[in-house]
Amino acid sequence: MTIQFGNPDRPNSYIGKTVPRPNAPRLVQGRGRFVDDVALPRMAHVAFVRSPYAHARIGTIDAGAAKAVKGVLRVFTGADLAEVCTPWVAVLAHLKGLKSPPQHAIAIERACWVGEPVAAVVATTRAAAEEAASLVEVDYEALPVVTDMMSALDETTPVIHPDLGDNLAFRRLHEEGDVEGAFAGAHTVVSARFRTARHTGVTLEPRSILVDWNPAEGQMVAWHATQAPHMMQTVFAKHLDIPESRVRVICGDVGGSYGIKVHVYPDEVATAAIAKVMGRPVKFVADRLESFTTDIHARDHVIDARLAVDEAGKILAMDVDDWTGIGPYSVYPRTSAIEGNQVVNLCGGPYDFANYRARTTVVFQNKTPTCQYRAVGHPIAVAITEGLVDMAAAELGIDPVEMRRRNVYPDDAYPVTSPAKMRFEGLSHQASLDKLVALMDYEALRKDQAEARARGVHRGIGIASFIELTNPSPFMYGIGGARISAQDGCTVRMDPDGSVVALSGVTEQGQGTEAMLAQIVAEGVGVTPDKVRIVTGDTQVTPYGGGTWASRGAGIGGEAALQASRALRDSILEVAAAMLQSEPGRLDIRAGAIVDPETGEERLSLEELGRIVYFRGDTLPKGLPRELVQTRHFITSDYPFAFTNGVQASYLEVDVETGVVTLLKHWCVEDCGRIINPQLVDEQIRGGIVQGLGGALYEEIHYDEDGQLINGSMADYLVPMAAEMPDMIVGHVETPTKESLLGAKGAGEAGTAGAPAAVMNAINDALRPLGARVTEMPFTPERILRALGKIEG
Amino acid sequence: MKAAVGGYARARDLRHALELLAQTNGMGRVLAGGQSLVAALNMRLTTGDVLVDISALSECRGVVEDGDTLRIGALTRHAEIGRDPLIAAHAPLLAEATTHIAHAAIRNRGTIGGAIAHADPAAEFPACALALGAVMHVEGLAGAREIPAADFFRDTFETALEEGEILAAITIPKAEPDEVQVIEEVARRSGDYALAGLCLVRRAAGHRVSLFSTGPKPMLATGAMAALDAGDVEGAIAALKGEIDPPSDTQASGAYRRHLAGVLLRRAVARIEGGTR
Repeated sequence: MTIQFGNPDRPNSYIGKTVPRPNAPRLVQGRGRFVDDVALPRMAHVAFVRSPYAHARIGTIDAGAAKAVKGVLRVFTGADLAEVCTPWVAVLAHLKGLKSPPQHAIAIERACWVGEPVAAVVATTRAAAEEAASLVEVDYEALPVVTDMMSALDETTPVIHPDLGDNLAFRRLHEEGDVEGAFAGAHTVVSARFRTARHTGVTLEPRSILVDWNPAEGQMVAWHATQAPHMMQTVFAKHLDIPESRVRVICGDVGGSYGIKVHVYPDEVATAAIAKVMGRPVKFVADRLESFTTDIHARDHVIDARLAVDEAGKILAMDVDDWTGIGPYSVYPRTSAIEGNQVVNLCGGPYDFANYRARTTVVFQNKTPTCQYRAVGHPIAVAITEGLVDMAAAELGIDPVEMRRRNVYPDDAYPVTSPAKMRFEGLSHQASLDKLVALMDYEALRKDQAEARARGVHRGIGIASFIELTNPSPFMYGIGGARISAQDGCTVRMDPDGSVVALSGVTEQGQGTEAMLAQIVAEGVGVTPDKVRIVTGDTQVTPYGGGTWASRGAGIGGEAALQASRALRDSILEVAAAMLQSEPGRLDIRAGAIVDPETGEERLSLEELGRIVYFRGDTLPKGLPRELVQTRHFITSDYPFAFTNGVQASYLEVDVETGVVTLLKHWCVEDCGRIINPQLVDEQIRGGIVQGLGGALYEEIHYDEDGQLINGSMADYLVPMAAEMPDMIVGHVETPTKESLLGAKGAGEAGTAGAPAAVMNAINDALRPLGARVTEMPFTPERILRALGKIEG
Repeated sequence: MKAAVGGYARARDLRHALELLAQTNGMGRVLAGGQSLVAALNMRLTTGDVLVDISALSECRGVVEDGDTLRIGALTRHAEIGRDPLIAAHAPLLAEATTHIAHAAIRNRGTIGGAIAHADPAAEFPACALALGAVMHVEGLAGAREIPAADFFRDTFETALEEGEILAAITIPKAEPDEVQVIEEVARRSGDYALAGLCLVRRAAGHRVSLFSTGPKPMLATGAMAALDAGDVEGAIAALKGEIDPPSDTQASGAYRRHLAGVLLRRAVARIEGGTR
């Protein structure tokens, strides 16, 4: 079974083309159906009383005044919910030593971060619930607060969870080769301390859930803005003591997720528990302010790192000491150790070198829990690696592009295993770099930079090569004991009118999953995309699957859809051959009709075939298989992950009087394997770059020393906006994975992975003649001026 | 979050608005463009307010010439200021300021009177009013008052407006033939409140420099003004840095803002001198 992907004129050639998104009209006409659009009879609303303290003992809770508010139905404390909802512990067996205390849906005895739910108020309207929540009197006793990650393990620092013994959640040291020997004998060693700021995902649609419990059926239905409906089905079943088969999670339109909506949140589980207790639908939609204190945070790292090179710039060794603070709990069920673990796995990723040491130290603190957010760990690892590579290049007087050419794995070297023990099936660093240099006209840009400098204008060029982990196998979560599927399935059926319905386990978050699936199914079966309807996000309807995360939708879910579609095509052709007294191999399906593949002449429409199969089956030979529904599943098995690669470049201008950075242009050449929809891939890259640029220049959650989050609004937490974004030029190299017929790897995170490093290197390229360097993100005007020594006091 | 509002009434005219305000037992809150107030309500930073909606008061809207001054109705929207030919001819500072104020959707709703009465220390229009020597025309049931800009701004979000009074109009002296007016600011992103901002006006009587986002209220930098009158730009920058004590927040430290104020003054001077910017 092959598809001539290289021939754009092949029949049904939808894979590889920009096909209009089937769900776009619905969304732009305001006809989407998000959780908050769903209203059920007897629906109640819940609002949460949240801890104003970063760490406090919870005394008596007086809900008297709250209960008197008109419309209030009930108030729940942590103890109330603990009777119906068991706590969870977010550890994974393969992350050795990871520890975390039991976490409840609503805090019991102690609140451990500002924003942790302490009580829940249920009312007939959200306004009444909020009003009453503000009247719940909680007797708090403030406890010592741990905020600084670097001193979290000091003997004098209080231990947040005494039962755990210390504030260390996880530590991993990876060592390969002779690191000390390589550094001792190196021609040049560069080192720096890097800092990446605490971010959050800021989805357009906040976290939302509506849960109904029907005691007559013994069934729970959750309408949930989630990336992983089947995972949530398991979670609700397990912790609310319901058979898994009696939990149905429905995920309609989702307004962006970026990893934020793939985790288990205590307020969402509490909503489900309350619905079960009250026997009526309960809705929770986070508002923007509580999103900042309760959506997961990420990227809060401090890293000391050094790089050893020889006189020709060849990398000899890399040594990384990474620290991150994850809040008071590891987040269920994926855990909060993954990000640090990724830093260890990904540093030095593009480069062929032998000696590598990396350690991550993951500590508890009294801040919002952190967990996986778009491009988990990648922006950090890429910033460390590319920052050091540029420093070494500058030290040796080697051009940054040339420096990378000398160190990347050659395109003909694969398969290879990196010193971090990552296995690469096939990457294209050299081809990507060549393409980037051509796209950006590197020499002309250097000339422009020099001319600007002569005018006193400080411009910089930054390059960042990267790898990106996509299409994860069970090695990511399953082997650690989490019931998170790495496999995904697709059911494709043909209905009597010749149209096709495909049900997939991967989900639509607004990124175009359904468009991607529709064009794969259209090509796989042989119909036009408008004849394909896609159904996702319903655990009672779709095949079991993992959902959308780690850039797996196209590579895993897309392959399952292709295999199922080809199987349906075979089934249709078997029936057609019987009807036409031909053989399946002498027929094809094109644009919804059975044709003679030699001449393209139509022999039979699918509509007519459907009529016969469904209504006049008596006219077909007895015993002829007529299964116009086919299901296939796909899981990767040759490699733990399908790595992709790419390289980005930033051109920018630094105002050395104000410290303001103006982004002039941005380039990205990436290799996500087979491209299914060029426009969707480009927009994934661009959107990812924007989030990366946000990390480089704007985004930073601030806490004070008492653990109060002090910039929790859209006015104070700055996300990148259109006016500051540069033109972005996106190019592609295609190295399909051989693990699947489709050959697709992930594209959703590459932009975010490389953009911060490219900007950092460009700023430092601009500042280098002035003797300044920045390595602490975001690169605010003030940090740049301080690096330049221009601020007194 | 859901706003907890005590009530809402839509005024027919200014007199009606004042009467409505008088009936609210001190809980009255004037709703004009709503671009700051509604956000504050929705964050429950204020609750129980009785909103008196004056947005239909046509007598408080528009720009007219009044002898040597321009009279700007308090309900004139930012976008209208930005495109008004009288403003462009006689108070170009205000027109330029609108290019720094927020985003188009906000400029289409927000009003100059609302911005001045709200007295956000980081807002452009209060500092413009100060630099131009505007006069605030205030109406109350007890009568009308005229308050010079220099006496109007008291503290963060605090003005000389008394309980029950409404800012109805602002008058601004028309620019002299040789007068130059510029505004300079630096914000983290386009449309954000400035990290620091500065208005510079040069007229026959001398220079006027006002600052925003460098303290609890917009202020005139009198030391810098005197130095500029004496032709001493470096002295003006030094004086400016000495006469402000900017706050620190998550966007920038006071020290950065002080440095920035000096840069902005140098750039503003370069502009009015026909320099590079």
